Amino acid sequence: MKMMIGIVIAMSLLMSSSVYALKAGVPLEFKDEEQEELYNDMLHELRCTVCQNQSIAGSNASLADDLRGNLYKMVKDGADEGEIKKFMVDRYGDFVLYRPNFNPSTYLLWIGPFLLLLLGVVVLRLNVRSRNKINNSSDLTTEESELLAKCLDSKKEKK
Amino acid sequence: MNRHMIPLIVFAALLLLFWVGLGLNPKIIPSPLIGKEAPKFELPELHDPQKIVNNEMLKGQVTLFNVFASWCVSCRAEHHHLLKLQRQGFHLVGLNYKDEKQDALMYLRQLGGDPYAMIAFDYKGNVGIEWGVYGTPETFVLDKKGIVRYKHTGPLYREVIENELIPLIRELEQES
Repeated sequence: MKMMIGIVIAMSLLMSSSVYALKAGVPLEFKDEEQEELYNDMLHELRCTVCQNQSIAGSNASLADDLRGNLYKMVKDGADEGEIKKFMVDRYGDFVLYRPNFNPSTYLLWIGPFLLLLLGVVVLRLNVRSRNKINNSSDLTTEESELLAKCLDSKKEKK
Repeated sequence: MNRHMIPLIVFAALLLLFWVGLGLNPKIIPSPLIGKEAPKFELPELHDPQKIVNNEMLKGQVTLFNVFASWCVSCRAEHHHLLKLQRQGFHLVGLNYKDEKQDALMYLRQLGGDPYAMIAFDYKGNVGIEWGVYGTPETFVLDKKGIVRYKHTGPLYREVIENELIPLIRELEQES
């Protein structure tokens, strides 16, 4: 139980650390918890376009700082998730979202893995089917089976 | 078709995919602004804060909109190209991005002059965000109606200028 509480405290510390990211040491103020949650969620949803593989939550780049400031202002002004995402995508493109919108340029990105899975299943089935065919096609010609029977008979007689 | 050919074909396809995929520069993010009107903005002019520069001033002629800063090292590398473009008669407008005024003026003096017809002074970087600036220098080409037609991220170099920029500007100048 103690460990659980420890984990919860550590987690909440980690989560809340991003709130202090705008200006070191100065906690951000929000109207309600909902706004704070939205701000924190969006920090991790938005990619820092300079550093590319970091969200704007974790980046020290000055652009990330500006974007955090922008995001904070939008959240304070009551923008919802869709409006914030649209603002960012309109300026930086789909790339700014870690989970980009579903549109023609991202079809392959979203559907690709499922297509590959489907391809895998098809290849597997074809493989299994052809293997079954080999196993079942061990029928001998009449000559061969007569020969086999003869061999087996002669073995029995010897016993 | 021989079934032993299949792995070979798959291998060739993968090779092609990697060849193309790894050849792309992941730093180049396609701009969503292309085909759209230039973002609205209004900023003081760098040399004379009494004057303003806004998006309306980008209309009427084909414009090269160049984002630069004195702290940006690769901006220095393209500066002489900008001076040359100005000498050739092209219309350049600068966006001085997140810079100190004195640093920017010093930068222009040190590098042989000011190639811009006017420079918008974006001290806070808010206009940069409107333009989706993420890696200075960035150069946009706008047509006569003020619509963004092209973007180059990173320093301009001769091949880009001669093969892409100038032909595009010539083409856009023909449009009414």
